[in-house]
Amino acid sequence: MNAPSLIDYGIIKKHFYAFLFYLMVVLLAGLSYSLQFLQKYPFPGIEILSPGRVRMVHTMAVAFGMLANGLIGISYYLIPKLTARPVLSERISSLCFWVYNSLVIATVVMILAGFAQGLEWAETPQVLDPFIALAVVLLVINLLAPVWKARGETFYVSLWYTLAAYVWTPLVYVFGNFLPQYVFAGTSGAAISSMYIHDLVGLFVTPLGIAAVYYLLPVVMRVPLYSHALSIIGFWGLAFFYPLNSAHHYLFSPIPMWAQYASIVASIGVHVVVYTVVFNIMATIASDWRQLVDNLPVRWIFTGTLFYLITCIQCAVHVTLAAQEVIHFTDWVVGHAHFVLFGVFTFWVTAWVYWLLPRIWGRPIYSVSLARWHFWLATLGVCIMQVDLLAAGLVQGMMWKSLAPFIDSVQASMPFWWTRTFSGIVILVGEACFLVNLYLTWQQSRLPEPLAGEEKAVPA
Amino acid sequence: MKMIERFSGIFLIAGLILLLGAIVSLGLVPALMVDRLNPRYGLPQDVPPAFQKHYATVTLYQSALLRGRDLYIREACWHCHSQYVRPVANESLRYGPVSTPGEYQTVLQLPQLFGTRRVGPDLSREAGKRSNDWHYAHLYQPMNTVPLSVMPAYPWYFTVGADGVPQPTEDGVALVAYLQTLGAAANATVSDPEASYVLPPKE
Repeated sequence: MNAPSLIDYGIIKKHFYAFLFYLMVVLLAGLSYSLQFLQKYPFPGIEILSPGRVRMVHTMAVAFGMLANGLIGISYYLIPKLTARPVLSERISSLCFWVYNSLVIATVVMILAGFAQGLEWAETPQVLDPFIALAVVLLVINLLAPVWKARGETFYVSLWYTLAAYVWTPLVYVFGNFLPQYVFAGTSGAAISSMYIHDLVGLFVTPLGIAAVYYLLPVVMRVPLYSHALSIIGFWGLAFFYPLNSAHHYLFSPIPMWAQYASIVASIGVHVVVYTVVFNIMATIASDWRQLVDNLPVRWIFTGTLFYLITCIQCAVHVTLAAQEVIHFTDWVVGHAHFVLFGVFTFWVTAWVYWLLPRIWGRPIYSVSLARWHFWLATLGVCIMQVDLLAAGLVQGMMWKSLAPFIDSVQASMPFWWTRTFSGIVILVGEACFLVNLYLTWQQSRLPEPLAGEEKAVPA
Repeated sequence: MKMIERFSGIFLIAGLILLLGAIVSLGLVPALMVDRLNPRYGLPQDVPPAFQKHYATVTLYQSALLRGRDLYIREACWHCHSQYVRPVANESLRYGPVSTPGEYQTVLQLPQLFGTRRVGPDLSREAGKRSNDWHYAHLYQPMNTVPLSVMPAYPWYFTVGADGVPQPTEDGVALVAYLQTLGAAANATVSDPEASYVLPPKE
């Protein structure tokens, strides 16, 4: 066998294909579930497709299927590039991929069969939790081996985020899945699991997403990152403030009030961090605004970053107790979650897929026009969804406070829920363009020779 | 200062110390505080008359409650029905007394089922608000009792007898038994905290 190459493109392809597969699972599950709100659920009375279970499949596929695969795939490129060393073993990479994704599929099947765990963002059945934890530890060892070998060197910012994320993730997974399930009941458990809810997004998805952008942006734009100092503030601010955000998911709950106040202060502290990251990315793009139009990945990064700024401003507003009184328990929070996980992180991963997959296949993207359709439909869809659900949240919260009968708030939500389903369909059509476009690109790459005159403008 | 850009600083300070510090300060400390101040209590010690037909003994009734809790989790009821009443937004007028930390320290809240979304109303004060029959009819087809309801139907917790009338299965009864305890526990006195730690055997 030859010496292993620096980057294992096979494993990146596998993870990206899995990202695309789960993207479709997520969209279809979400669309079906949204139809329940219109009393038009397509599979009524079928136990294994009960809307409640499908809802859990939707969220678990977002976090553990779609985003995890996308971000891990990116790590397999980014870590060897930045440390100039390959990961521990290509065999372990492949093993991790198959074991981990089998566990995700098992999670989906078991949730549908009625074995879900009763913890938010941790609905993985209890029997699978230890195996997922082990698979994640193996993955972390595999990915961090080159980082460990390069430990004497000074790292680029993407590597800080990646390293920290892979130290945090197994710890977060273990305490969030086991402590509230077996040790702490009720209010005590809520203190722990609220921390887990936040940390899964804040310490797994966020740092890996920011790492991905900090790497890709200078590379595709061929300009240096705007400021090194800002990235230091951003990283250490995240490491300090994000883990302390916990109790803001259960404000006004019986969790001790001092813990709730602390989490609110920390949530507002996150702002310092967010603005440095957003400013750094925007200032880098500002060095050549034209690329926003010509350069497809830059466009996705820019839009995702803009949405990141919007969701984080939104977070600082709705984390205050005054706003919580109205918007907690409503669709406002649902809108926020969709905007973050789809509008920000899925957009950033999409930038990577557009940049890396055609590169691996050795062919430019098949159709720039389809790619534009994808971009505009996804952007439009998620914006409609966000505005719609924020408005719905205000209506629901105000009606509950007014002591109108509960069912009146359901009736008042109907037009918003119709709009939400519509926005979901817009997103679905956009992502279908994405898949078709990638499929055609892949098909072209299977042809032995590019035909003369067939060369298209490379968008990346 | 180079440490903050290298393996050691990021691994130790950001990766371990800051996260573990947060887990301890805002996770374990409040958790232990609540746990210490509020002794955990067990399951109800007597069977409500309505359920004596289905569950003759306390042990059977207690295992039915745990089963009901498991079904409540399996169907993701808790994703659309929260289980805590906040001291704001007139919630105590709509639902009942504001939640207190101690009332949740029970095996029925392991894992906790606070919930974060209300597509339907809060259920933490549900006990005794409606009849068991209302709950059966509602679970069988929510639109029969609440025409505008967007709640899914759960016909698989019922069997249709020879007379064409749906009857709840054992699981259906267990689910309603569980719903009818929500909030009732808040009023229960802690008579023998030591004994209440003992879990009844699961079926």
